[in-house]
Amino acid sequence: MIKNSATEMAQSLSSGATTSVALTQAHLDRIAEVDGKVHAFLHVDAQGALEQAANVDAARARGEKLSPLAGIPLALKDVLVQKGVPTTCGSKILEGWRPPYDSTVVTNLKNAGVVILGKTNMDEFAMGSSTENSAYGPTHNPWDLTRIPGGSGGGSSAALAAFEAPLAIGTDTGGSIRQPAAVTGTVGVKPTYGGVSRYGLVAFSSSLDQAGPCARTVLDTALLHEVIAGHDPKDSTSINAPVPQVVAAAKNGEVKGMKIGVVKELNGDGYQSGVRQRFEESLELLAKAGAEIVEVSAPNFEYALAAYYLIAPSECSSNLARFDAMRYGLRVGDTDGASAESVMNMTREVGFGREVKRRILLGTYALSSGYYDAYYGSAQKVRTLITQDFNNAFEKCDVMVSPTCPTTAFKIGEKANDPLAMYLNDIATIPVNMAGIGGMSLPCGVAPEDGLPVGFQIMSPVMQDQRMYSVGAALEAALLTQWGAPLLSQAPSLDGAA
Amino acid sequence: MSSLSRDDVANLARLARIDMTDQELENLTTEFGVILNAVARVQEVATTDVPATSHPLPLKNIFRSDVVIPSLTPEEALSGAPASEEQRFRVPQILGEEA
Repeated sequence: MIKNSATEMAQSLSSGATTSVALTQAHLDRIAEVDGKVHAFLHVDAQGALEQAANVDAARARGEKLSPLAGIPLALKDVLVQKGVPTTCGSKILEGWRPPYDSTVVTNLKNAGVVILGKTNMDEFAMGSSTENSAYGPTHNPWDLTRIPGGSGGGSSAALAAFEAPLAIGTDTGGSIRQPAAVTGTVGVKPTYGGVSRYGLVAFSSSLDQAGPCARTVLDTALLHEVIAGHDPKDSTSINAPVPQVVAAAKNGEVKGMKIGVVKELNGDGYQSGVRQRFEESLELLAKAGAEIVEVSAPNFEYALAAYYLIAPSECSSNLARFDAMRYGLRVGDTDGASAESVMNMTREVGFGREVKRRILLGTYALSSGYYDAYYGSAQKVRTLITQDFNNAFEKCDVMVSPTCPTTAFKIGEKANDPLAMYLNDIATIPVNMAGIGGMSLPCGVAPEDGLPVGFQIMSPVMQDQRMYSVGAALEAALLTQWGAPLLSQAPSLDGAA
Repeated sequence: MSSLSRDDVANLARLARIDMTDQELENLTTEFGVILNAVARVQEVATTDVPATSHPLPLKNIFRSDVVIPSLTPEEALSGAPASEEQRFRVPQILGEEA
């Protein structure tokens, strides 16, 4: 039952073949069985999940009209607040904090009857590409427990790949939904910026952060997308327009006549051979399905990474000033006579990890008087150039595509001491965040040389998210015909793992 | 290309209100040399004729009517406070003894 898609689980619930309580318990059992090895979860809310499942079962018994995902379990990235449930953002500075309110994403999930199993592991404050920056220890990739599950949302992607949950929520500032999806053989979508409310999403880089849906199939991802998306008066950057029809697009999966633009600059040197091979094969499948493949150029994408590592740290240095040891979270050194400033200094030294400190200081530098124009100001100009590249390319095609990541999952510890090598993981995902458009990663096979999953990225213009779902569904269907079974059936079984 | 001295990094840490050990300052000084060289590439294309983009959406102020809506109770708002007193956050002293 736990290896089914959410859509199949929903059918079992509506036909009466199972109950949400039984489905939830099956996932809690799976978590108890495998999470000691995977470490996808930071907190499991068994009681809350079972209560919510019982409520959905009762509503169903009363004949109430329920949303399509009512009663389905979900794993929530620990950067979104849920009232009364510990929220750490993977940081020591928030250890033990229980938020007094729900994020809008959580409110929408609760209103739809989605059952929240618990909070998933992540790089501290979503800064990282491997989940190794979590203060609570790394998450392990279910395909190979010695490898990273991607980051920052490695807990959510690993939970899906280990069948601990059929649905998950991630957040994506520079690729934190799509890169984890790519390296775990799962599906992840970063919606158009403003498509999903950021209210209650602990801010890292406000102009780039976007919450989004993760699942094992394109249709499940679309169903979750429609649950969490929509205008929210509590977020001034929330787009006040109808949600793109992503479920209809995922069900239809029609690409006949669509123009698919292959980004010349995001495929070549630096991309692993097996990644390129699976990507090229996927393009052939899309062409067979009736799409027209064209090449597009985005000459300024090569500056995206540099601009990102100025803009994101700048915004983070400002956003993380709120962790001041005064109103919530950790407080260290509050002895008689200690000044507020020394308490702040000591708390932030103890509470923040290495990567967070590195980025706060980098941002402080980039924003400082005398250097502002050279760094932050120049990065903002690059942002304009990248957006122009997208606009020009979208005149020649309906969606743009690339491999999601240059390589498959690397070993835990392999890049931990080389920040620049780590940052290169996001080279193909960052441009999407800079322009605020939509991006999806879906599995397109395993690399022949290492047997690890490869991600296929689809990018669609602002508020045209349905286009990436059409293309994703078409590719998924063609690949499934080829494979005969979902890619995750090739992953090692974790059954019996302690 | 830009480089930062150990004292520069110590000053940034002070501005960011983070105490740092000698070892941390040492490591960051080395890492910043590498990172700043890499990110300085933005200057290659950031010419004066290119406008800056601070945000993906055209931002404008959003107003709501000035009416009371349900909000956190004082107890809820203080529920995560490291210390509180008389429905207020209790903080360490912010002024010197003689002030």
